[in-house]
Amino acid sequence: MDKFTTLTGIAAPMPLVNIDTDMIIPKQFLKTIKRSGLGKNLFDEMRFTPDGAEIADFVLNQPAYRNAQIIVAGDNFGCGSSREHAPWALLDFGIRCVISTSFADIFFNNCFKNGILPIVLPQAAVDVLMEDARKGANARMTVDLEAQTVTTSDGQSFAFEVDPFRKHCLQNGLDDIGLTLEKVTAIDRFENSMDQSRPWV
Amino acid sequence: MSGPKTLYDKIWDAHLVDEAADGTCLLYIDRHLVHEVTSPQAFEGLRMTGRKVRAPGKTIAVPDHNVPTTQGRENPAQMPEESRIQVAALDKNAKDFGIHYYPVTDIRQGIVHIVGPEQGWTLPGMTVVCGDSHTATHGAFGALAHGIGTSEVEHVLATQTLIQKKSKNMKVEITGKLRPGVTAKDITLSVIGATGTAGGTGYVIEYCGEAIRDLSMEGRMTVCNMAIEGGARAGLIAPDEKTFEYVKGRPHAPKGAQWEAALAWWKTLYTDEGAHFDKVVTLKGEDIAPVVTWGTSPEDVLPITGVVPAPENFEGGKVEAARRSLEYMDLTPGQKLEDIQIDTVFIGSCTNGRIEDLRAAAAILKGKKIKDGMRAMVVPGSGLVRAQAEEEGLAQIFIDAGFEWRLAGCSMCLAMNPDQLSPGERCAATSNRNFEGRQGRGGRTHLMSPAMAAAAAVTGHLTDVRTMI
Ligand code: SF4
Repeated sequence: MDKFTTLTGIAAPMPLVNIDTDMIIPKQFLKTIKRSGLGKNLFDEMRFTPDGAEIADFVLNQPAYRNAQIIVAGDNFGCGSSREHAPWALLDFGIRCVISTSFADIFFNNCFKNGILPIVLPQAAVDVLMEDARKGANARMTVDLEAQTVTTSDGQSFAFEVDPFRKHCLQNGLDDIGLTLEKVTAIDRFENSMDQSRPWV
Repeated sequence: MSGPKTLYDKIWDAHLVDEAADGTCLLYIDRHLVHEVTSPQAFEGLRMTGRKVRAPGKTIAVPDHNVPTTQGRENPAQMPEESRIQVAALDKNAKDFGIHYYPVTDIRQGIVHIVGPEQGWTLPGMTVVCGDSHTATHGAFGALAHGIGTSEVEHVLATQTLIQKKSKNMKVEITGKLRPGVTAKDITLSVIGATGTAGGTGYVIEYCGEAIRDLSMEGRMTVCNMAIEGGARAGLIAPDEKTFEYVKGRPHAPKGAQWEAALAWWKTLYTDEGAHFDKVVTLKGEDIAPVVTWGTSPEDVLPITGVVPAPENFEGGKVEAARRSLEYMDLTPGQKLEDIQIDTVFIGSCTNGRIEDLRAAAAILKGKKIKDGMRAMVVPGSGLVRAQAEEEGLAQIFIDAGFEWRLAGCSMCLAMNPDQLSPGERCAATSNRNFEGRQGRGGRTHLMSPAMAAAAAVTGHLTDVRTMI
């Protein structure tokens, strides 16, 4: 997993609420057995017509946002299915950070496992960032994970919360499984006691 | 933790392996269910790092999302190439890593959330995970069950644990009795209508109250199945005699002395008097009507007697979302829901693909025919549900009415297989998601109960099932 420290990049405004994982990556692209290559189908049905032509007014098709690395979105981003293909597609497209007032639980978790930082901010802050994102390619937003701030292109800064453990993993690009396996004796002990307390499991 | 505990607290505490100073916990996972879509990258991860499945005996795999539901499907040539590769990958992974497996040729194959309970893999007080958001279904047994992403699938395969933080706890109480024609599906949709799709975010919900207690295990699974659509991490219902009765004698349920020991513990699994909930929502069973969805979010729920709302009825970002939904659904504000004509009926999915659901639909369809030109299909949730429905004569009722009688799988719930809507086609569906394109690009989905879907099949438009019972 790539480390996440600071990011300065173009932010795409997506004010729609309840952007679900079926929109982020429709199911016909879930048939892959790989993690890579999904970026070309990110937001597929919003981005392309059925015959594959680009839909010009979709934000990521506009010249200003083709290289966006941040999405500023409406409430409840990532609701729906548990498919990790959603963060994989975002990452493959180049998105490293999503900002919203709220995220669906599983999507939120999945982001951290893939080096994407989901940031929750109050509505008033998201409104300001949405406006900043609307300014296009010359307005770069900065996300500083160490300082836990997002700064608009004109220097307005907002502090955000992030779980300390997840922050540590993101900053260092750490693999959860490796960390958990350091606790293997605790797992062994738990399994042994379970043989007594709940042998039917 | 001392003092009165909620059901969630009790299950959590029984599975806590380790707690770090910052509150990050390692939770032991009793059952890991696996399907073909969200697992290949996880097994690939194990291979790349030389890791094994820690507890293959607690890991169960079944292909369901991609598989065709038509006869002759055991012939791989029936599947599109990519689906075939994905199912073949599961075949191989199950074999290589030594986990329990139900291939399409096995009568026990079906939707993972139907197979788990049916085979007795899902038991009260367990932690159950699966790389699928509707894992919430298993909460009906008083099991802490939730969906995980593929990285977490790999984590559970390798360690049989999950890194978790405790959620907040919400109580959803449904008091009193349901009126005739109102079902578990109407309860669960009405709750989402009341709380919104983000209303449960950060919570584990415990459903309780007389109307919940009165539900069968099938109905309780329907309620918990859609906890995720309300944004919740999991839904729970305390186990009771009905639960024990359902579990007893299933192939993987405990037997003999172990059964007695298990039962003694299961009977302690309830929320103590005075335990704290962070949020409480109460609905009166009597107030719940048969409902349908009109939009492209499961929170877009209204009683069937209602009319299509106008975007201006909403606030904030929902105004634009409602406008987009109405355009996508091709509906006009003020239009009566009962006047909405449909083309297709889909009865099935992990929400409503169990025997009781088929009985409810068949009760409406008995001796009737579906509307001319209607496409209608029933997709049983498992091979065993299918066999039982045939034995009970339900299959014949569906066939006589003009329904297609399919083999088990997810089918048109998410249209990863050949069962799909075409653009503009409008479907009465018993599944759980009405998102844009969920049942096929441009397809329009109205969610409802099996009885309501059967009623719509007969009349050709959304219909109040109470006029037919
Ligand atoms: S039936 Fe639908 S919701 Fe259930 S597991 Fe299959 S695809 Fe998911």
